[in-house]
Amino acid sequence: MALLEKLSHIDRRIIFVLIALAVIIPMLFNLVFIVRPSPIVEAIFEKIESLPAGSKILLSYDYGPSTVPENQPMADALTRHCLVKGLKVYIMAVWATGEAQANVTIDSVIRREFPDKVYGVDWIHLGYKAGNQGLINAIFTDLKGMYTTDAAGVDINTFPMMASIQGLRDFDLILSSASGKPGLKEWVQFAGDRGNIPVAGGVTAVEAPLLYPYYPRQLLGLMGGLQGAAEYEAVVVHKYPQFKATSLTAVKSMGPQTVAHLVIIFFVVVGNVAFFLQRRKEKRARTA
Amino acid sequence: MRREIPLIITFIIGVALVVALFIPRRPFPELDAEFSRWFDIIAVFAFVLGGGNLLQVHVDRITRKHRDRWYSVVTLAGFLLTLGIGLLKVGGDAGLKGNYIAEGTWFKIIYDAVFTPLTATMFSLLAFFVASASYRAFRAKTREATILLIAAFIILVGRTPLGYYLTFWLPEPLQFLHIPNLSAWILSNPNLAGQRAIMIGIALGIIATSLKLILGIERSYLGREK
Repeated sequence: MALLEKLSHIDRRIIFVLIALAVIIPMLFNLVFIVRPSPIVEAIFEKIESLPAGSKILLSYDYGPSTVPENQPMADALTRHCLVKGLKVYIMAVWATGEAQANVTIDSVIRREFPDKVYGVDWIHLGYKAGNQGLINAIFTDLKGMYTTDAAGVDINTFPMMASIQGLRDFDLILSSASGKPGLKEWVQFAGDRGNIPVAGGVTAVEAPLLYPYYPRQLLGLMGGLQGAAEYEAVVVHKYPQFKATSLTAVKSMGPQTVAHLVIIFFVVVGNVAFFLQRRKEKRARTA
Repeated sequence: MRREIPLIITFIIGVALVVALFIPRRPFPELDAEFSRWFDIIAVFAFVLGGGNLLQVHVDRITRKHRDRWYSVVTLAGFLLTLGIGLLKVGGDAGLKGNYIAEGTWFKIIYDAVFTPLTATMFSLLAFFVASASYRAFRAKTREATILLIAAFIILVGRTPLGYYLTFWLPEPLQFLHIPNLSAWILSNPNLAGQRAIMIGIALGIIATSLKLILGIERSYLGREK
């Protein structure tokens, strides 16, 4: 029964080492699975596909560096899809750290993959403003009242793509890559519902179950965690294979995540087997 | 008057914002927009208040020679250094309107080389603790715990490509047992019902609390009476 005792009390350092290996080894061997999009993710893709060129998309970066592995691929894939479709992308942030994360997309996606897109005509970076959901409420009717300049401090009225924008109702779609509050839920509550504006986006895996009550009437689609991001990347690459080399960050990360999930399941099973064997042993001892 | 004036402001703004939602006619939408702008301006001052509070707590800890004072020294040094570099836009364009996080600024270097790895590390550590905690705590001790455990298994596997590979061979009549379908069903039905119940409860609580604030019944936000 020494084995039973060992199984019941595995040293946490062994678990830590196995989790580390579960992430490192698939990364080293480039373990990639085929990802199939689910209807809740495909709904976002179909909505963007259905919009005519020139439609206005507000993309909000509502996360920080801690959730980059989940949120950044979502934001990158959405930006890539909007720009390849010829939509106008308005980038902003309701998180202070969101502005810097938007810069990551600008450098790695917009400037690298869409060098022909003109700043102020095809896309603009409005930056971050304080106020959380109060900011969403304020820009609902008067965006230029809050955003008098872009992120670099240039007068907002000098950009052609801002001429037709008064408030949030002027956008055809609001997208948010979010990891907490304020985030996608606040965009639904303070903008989508109020102005009947379509809202969609992605959140961390932990937060995704909280947003299901809004789908599909108030939230037209949802990417949940890394899996959601991978599904969106897969569906974009399927339609636009020219992005195969650059647009599979989340798909590649699904290998380590899958193996890590398996290791967690393994330990839960081991813990339960040990628990039931222990309980049976105690029962037998009591009846003996 | 120190208590009456904030109560009157709360009442007027609270009533105006509620009315604006139901009566979209002048002057309510304008009032709504104006009050929202005021809120955003006040929100900026929360940063000053937060910074002041941080200074107060940690300076106090250092002066009292608390055993954790060296952590406070690191916190204050990091805070003041980042604040100074950000305000002065070191390495970037000078002036109030200059971009503090433009390429080449010291603030951007701090963000990329210190803040990003630190926060990412803290968040990544969760994976190790979740694995360890799952092993220790996730035991099918009761019927409810067993249901939770089965649901967790399905979601854990269903949220990876593995879920597809395990059960894709199931014939059409049994497709409801396909793990990704089961995972989606759990999220869209039992989870949805639970979330809605919680949300409705929270909403009712918020309405009650808001009414108490607007009507001046709840006054704790004004601080203690002297």
